[in-house]
Amino acid sequence: MSHISPVLWQFLVKWMTHFALFPPEASKIAPQMDALYFFMLLVSVVGLTFVILLVTTFSILYRRQRHPVAVQIEGSTLLEATWTIIPLGLFLVMFVWGALLYFRVYTPPPNAMNIYVVGKQWMWKIEHPGGQHEIDALHVPVDRAVQITLISQDVFHSFSIPAFRVKREAIPGRYTTMWFEASRTGTYHLFCTQYCGTDHSHMTGWVVVMTPEDYRKWLAESTSGESLAQDGERLFASLSCNACHNTRPDSRGPSLANVYGSNLRLANGQTVTVDDSYLRQAILEPSSHVTQGYVPIMPTYQGQISEEGVIELVEYIKHLNSDYRVQQTTTTTDLPPASGGKATGGRPATAKRPAAEGTVNQ
Amino acid sequence: MSSATIVSLPDQSTARIPKVNFLTKENGLLSWLLTGDHKRIAVLYLISITFFFFIGGALAGLIRLQLLTPQADLLATDTYNKVFTMHGVIMVFLFLVPSVPATIGNFVIPMMVGAKDLALPKINLLSWYLYVIGGILVIYTMVSGGVDTGWTFTTPLSTHFSNTNVVSTGIAVFIAGFSSIFTGLNFIVTIHKMRCPGMTWFRLPLFVWSHYAASILMVLGTPVLAITLVLLVLERTVGIGVFDPAKGGDPLLFQHLFWFYSHPAVYIMILPGMGVISEVISTFSRKRVFGYTAVAFSSVAIAVFGFFVWAHHMFIMGISNYAVLVFSLLTMLVAVPSAIKIFNWAFTLYKGSITFETPMLYAFGFMGLFTIGGMTGVFLGASGTDIQLTETYFIVAHFHFVMVGGMLMAFLSGVHFWWPKITGRMYPEKISQMAAVVTFIGFNLTFFPQFILGTLGMPRRYASYPPEFQVLNVFSTAGASILGVGYLLPVLYLTWSLRYGKIAGDNPWQATGLEWQTQSPPLTENFTRIPIMDHEAYDYDWLERQKAKEVASVG
Amino acid sequence: MSDSPVIAHGRLETASDEHPSYQRHHFESVEQQADTTNFAMWLFLLTEVMFFGGLFTAYLILRNWYYPAFVEGSHQLNIFWGTANTSVLITSSFTMAMGVWCAETRRKNALVLCLVLTFVLGLVFLGIKGIEYHEKWVKHHVPGLNYSAESFLNPASDHEVYAEYHDKPLMPDMAAKTELYFFLYFAMTGMHALHMIIGIGILAFMIFRARAGAYTNGHVTFVENFGLYWHFVDIIWIFLFPLLYLISRHQ
Repeated sequence: MSHISPVLWQFLVKWMTHFALFPPEASKIAPQMDALYFFMLLVSVVGLTFVILLVTTFSILYRRQRHPVAVQIEGSTLLEATWTIIPLGLFLVMFVWGALLYFRVYTPPPNAMNIYVVGKQWMWKIEHPGGQHEIDALHVPVDRAVQITLISQDVFHSFSIPAFRVKREAIPGRYTTMWFEASRTGTYHLFCTQYCGTDHSHMTGWVVVMTPEDYRKWLAESTSGESLAQDGERLFASLSCNACHNTRPDSRGPSLANVYGSNLRLANGQTVTVDDSYLRQAILEPSSHVTQGYVPIMPTYQGQISEEGVIELVEYIKHLNSDYRVQQTTTTTDLPPASGGKATGGRPATAKRPAAEGTVNQ
Repeated sequence: MSSATIVSLPDQSTARIPKVNFLTKENGLLSWLLTGDHKRIAVLYLISITFFFFIGGALAGLIRLQLLTPQADLLATDTYNKVFTMHGVIMVFLFLVPSVPATIGNFVIPMMVGAKDLALPKINLLSWYLYVIGGILVIYTMVSGGVDTGWTFTTPLSTHFSNTNVVSTGIAVFIAGFSSIFTGLNFIVTIHKMRCPGMTWFRLPLFVWSHYAASILMVLGTPVLAITLVLLVLERTVGIGVFDPAKGGDPLLFQHLFWFYSHPAVYIMILPGMGVISEVISTFSRKRVFGYTAVAFSSVAIAVFGFFVWAHHMFIMGISNYAVLVFSLLTMLVAVPSAIKIFNWAFTLYKGSITFETPMLYAFGFMGLFTIGGMTGVFLGASGTDIQLTETYFIVAHFHFVMVGGMLMAFLSGVHFWWPKITGRMYPEKISQMAAVVTFIGFNLTFFPQFILGTLGMPRRYASYPPEFQVLNVFSTAGASILGVGYLLPVLYLTWSLRYGKIAGDNPWQATGLEWQTQSPPLTENFTRIPIMDHEAYDYDWLERQKAKEVASVG
Repeated sequence: MSDSPVIAHGRLETASDEHPSYQRHHFESVEQQADTTNFAMWLFLLTEVMFFGGLFTAYLILRNWYYPAFVEGSHQLNIFWGTANTSVLITSSFTMAMGVWCAETRRKNALVLCLVLTFVLGLVFLGIKGIEYHEKWVKHHVPGLNYSAESFLNPASDHEVYAEYHDKPLMPDMAAKTELYFFLYFAMTGMHALHMIIGIGILAFMIFRARAGAYTNGHVTFVENFGLYWHFVDIIWIFLFPLLYLISRHQ
């Protein structure tokens, strides 16, 4: 050791202790991803070795000094077929395996908890439904499926967690989703991987995976006091959404109770499943998303709400299991009811209303 | 006992460069700037491409220096963003796309098909001027503040958020694109209409097939880039809304339009290089390329399939899962013809008579490095693993392996191979072999660690990075310095050889191919009489019979 | 037997081979030259198809997404002028085709007349386009410059168009999409007009050369190939006219 300069020794030690070829496997999908990666690596190494062997062996056996006269060979259909079919077969195996993996990564299980992420130059804003707001950090519980609903406020970004082997583009104008289930507690890198301008390299953060207990504690101490749905309810009232989307029989807009997840028939005859994206589109581009039986009179809120605001509204609507909350909002604001006459005056919570017109029962 | 080289030069004590050749036919600057001679235009391209290569290379040097340390302490992040953008724009549009076609292709294709020039000489000259104008605009962009959107011009960053010279870069690339279109157009027309009597399609050298395939891509794909750039510039200046979600447009539309060209672009870049490899491996094994028909059809198959895989650059961008299935499958299919070619070239060596001159060394380097680059492309084409690996240094390593380890090596192989034909002089063999080895070592040291960096998750286009990635970055930068030496050497010794290189004679490599049956450097009109092709491509037996009859031309 | 470095036997070629003055030196015959340049022009037109293709793609996608806006936007286009332009352009294609025939049959004066007619009709087309563009400017339908969606928020305010189509008022978010429609209108017709201008410029050059007899001495390829270009520009318009003007005229 005394013969090696201290600097070099430090360098070697640092390298040896930190040298890794893979990020930690911290999610359920990570080992599956790594398995396919290893298979591809194996095939590549074998293929490369084979090519190198061929070239080297032929170069030695048939070098000019040893083999002065070349034998003119046209080709061999059998060989051509072999080295077409075998690579094709291997590639198709990789295609199928990769496709299965892809579908798995981008198809969240139905019981996944949802967290919203808004990317902007140059930070990640993470919005938990319970009202916790984070910047450049994401706290999640271990062993629980987590869906991330992503959107960008400005340019393309990409939300990447190498330890989980997942990544998804955050695009302005539409939601994208991905999901993961963390399998190991710890702290892992979060990167923005789509070049987004000056501070792209600083748009990084940490994902903290906690035990369920620690996570509960964290939720309790980090909450802003209001869940996203509650924020959304407030926004719903302040934007006067309830002027049309209420439970009155003559309401100008369809009732939003239970609309999330339902199959909705549109005015143009199409049927859509109401998900986050649909709700967002309906708020921002209402004229293209008219429920059957209603006229396109809804104003657009483009430019009036931020992406966080839209998320809050979406959360609120998602949790609208009955019209009770809407009624509450109606009766506790100062807005006059749509048809003249009675002002505030509580209508008692009635029995479950029949499905609003235009909603196809599931 | 045969010697270890096939080089056959005329007696140096009496040999002279032929007095009348395309270089000496006319003198003066105007005779070069207004030339219609495809060979002079090829030389003009060679000079301008080399110039831009070194600018792009210097920018690469800056990138690697910045990445020696985890912090952004050499360049401000804004500057770094401009540096990697300009590196990409220059290397892709001003170097790789025209490299082999515009220099070597322009020079040898008319001779290979037995014609006196390309079909449209004036268009050829126009193509060079468009290239130069595009290049000047790029230099203007650099000098007046640069552009920092990445060479991929992702919207809405490039249209609404960047404060740099996007418009001038867009115009520059638009103009350079037309240079490429006209080159491809010229090649297709020449190959269809100007083949000499007896030159059937399957007697053409595989170099011509590769260029034909690349030209189809140039001609059909580049116009889509052109209109995309028009839309980009309009969106940025006028604010039309076609890519702006707030106005009803879609930024993904830009992605589709952009990659519709830019994926075929990578095949535009590699196919001509593959053509070079076919010629070199055949010549230095003294054998017809194994499976000629398979290699010819593979080139065309790559071109055709290459048009249908563009969305594999968009797998994580929210396109439908079913679209991903289709594009992933097609990507697997496009990988197969490249594999076929590698095996065909390997088997060309079987029972050949192999020598290891510099072009052959570069060709071997190509085969190994392109195999690695191509295989890692499959990692990315299988949609699942793409999720982990895309937008990281894995991608950077992948495309540098195919573009630099593949295409640039093929370009150097071709330049060395046809250097005696273009200049009449041989390059110095020993130093060039050394340079090839140095390049190979430097290349691997530079880019192999980047695969590991990408797997570890290091994102691309980062000016600073987490400290645990430093060691691999240091290796990469060390390799880059070696690589720089490897690229500088040829410029030096090739320039030296113009004056002091050995006289090459007509056919120093004893190659088949019509271009080797003329003097070096060739006459302006290539042939005094249009030849009649009466033998197959790579017919070494025919060559033996010819040698018996031939009288070496001197002076 | 050969005494030069060139392989095998070339075709018998005497020192002073007879060829017309307009045959370029790298071609073996005028037939080869004509065939080659013709093929080249077809190939170039194929690149033009790919070039316009991007705009057509954008149009088709956005029309699908914002159908009401595109319908009402198209009602703002003047069918009379559009039809007039179509007939002008088709007639100019006819005169151009006649010109090619004149060149082939060596009728110099007739050729000049045909080219002049084509030139004039081309200018008429551009003039009518200018009238249409001016109308758009006056009505504030030029995207990015002075755009106003008033005609779509309140169609009754635009009397002539309302009288014919009785459009319903669009909601603001859909009305805003009409700007996309007009952008595509200007981009597609503008790109087409640019190609017309280039063609007219070349026509001016050709008229000058035709008067000197350059195309009636057997060297007809320039006229023929330009004819191909002119017909192509015409065909682009034949696609633009229905897509922009005619489709969804009456629901």
